[in-house]
Amino acid sequence: MEVGTMENEAMVKKRNMKDRTVLSPTMKMADLVNLNYRLLGVLSRLGVNLGFGEITVEEACRKHSLDVGSFLLVCNVYTYDDYIPSGALLSTGKPADIVKYLHSSHAFYLDHELPELQEALERLVVQCDMKQKLIIDRFFSEYKKEVENHFAYEETVVFPYIESFASTCGARGYSIEQFEENHSNIDEKLCDLKNIVMKYLPETCDTVLRNDVLYHICYLEEDLDKHTLIENNVLIPMMTRLEENEKRK
Amino acid sequence: MLLIVPSRIVARGIEGVFNDLGEFFVEGILTDLSRTSEVRLRNMDADLIVVDPVIFDCASRASGRSRISEYSDAAVVALQTIQMEEDVWRQYDDTINIYDDPPVIIRKLRAVLSGRKDSPKAESQELSAREKEILVCVAKGMLNKEIADLYNISIYTVISHRKNITRKTGIKTVAGLTVYALLNNLIDASSIE
Repeated sequence: MEVGTMENEAMVKKRNMKDRTVLSPTMKMADLVNLNYRLLGVLSRLGVNLGFGEITVEEACRKHSLDVGSFLLVCNVYTYDDYIPSGALLSTGKPADIVKYLHSSHAFYLDHELPELQEALERLVVQCDMKQKLIIDRFFSEYKKEVENHFAYEETVVFPYIESFASTCGARGYSIEQFEENHSNIDEKLCDLKNIVMKYLPETCDTVLRNDVLYHICYLEEDLDKHTLIENNVLIPMMTRLEENEKRK
Repeated sequence: MLLIVPSRIVARGIEGVFNDLGEFFVEGILTDLSRTSEVRLRNMDADLIVVDPVIFDCASRASGRSRISEYSDAAVVALQTIQMEEDVWRQYDDTINIYDDPPVIIRKLRAVLSGRKDSPKAESQELSAREKEILVCVAKGMLNKEIADLYNISIYTVISHRKNITRKTGIKTVAGLTVYALLNNLIDASSIE
């Protein structure tokens, strides 16, 4: 019976793959967003403005000097949960474009999303007693610190390495494997915060404010998850390939 | 139902008796809780598990029930083949003895199953008193080894309690558990750091 279910799952997955809209350079930008509105965040982080009328993905990328292959890689990861990029796509994509995306998405989390979550959380705990307020505040700042440290490592070590690799064709003293091994999880505390806000803050807390916090957490959780997938399934294999090519020379 | 009984002779005997009576069907027999047995336990989907606590070593016997519930939601009845401390039996949904009359056993098993249908896992979702004690220690920053020494239990038991705490609360990190303990007044803010 168990084998049957597994076959079934594989079949469903195959069918889903067939029914999928393939994201292509010739499709209209508007269709891309209609397919998956979460791509709005991706567009703004890559500096692609809205108001693009009827232009295609290809044209938009050219206008904003983005590599269309890398752009579609990011969009695919964002749109399909089980997306694994093919070797061909990985070797044509440009690591610098992926880094550009990851960098502006860091900035988005730090300058926009985390402060908004913090404000929503502060509004919520205003009604709680002083002690509870302090506990939550402290937990959130610990979480924020953890995220900042995690990003700081990538910004000061990993991204400069990738940039210098691209410009000098090979860099020493670091390899993407080290990043792969040290890539820590930052999702646990956020998930804890979700459960605490949902289950353990007193019933007297305002429902609308509480929902507001939960929506922020869920959005951030999903977005960080995609962010990690782009690092693990796109950036790391891309760099591994380049490093291997370099060694062979 | 599923049997976890180290003696093949006892297991076959139970299987024979239940087959004659017809009401319960023995779907599988495990002789221990090794890694392969755990996988079968997880996949079997039995309504009822009969376990001889002899399969757990002395140190982990007291948490045998919670160890099984990591792999299966089934009702768990202990099979008494030798004398053990009262604490060991109390964690199970009921206890049957190898010298019990088959009709008595059937009646007990029926009662266990119907009891569960009325209140599906009602009591198991709240933290137990022991789990709260462990949680307080974790929140205060104690290591597993220190907690094990304090309560005179094995590290394995501490870990299994911690797994259950996380499963019930959904909270994974020590910082998160500290918040839980503070919000529920299990500890005082001054007792940390």
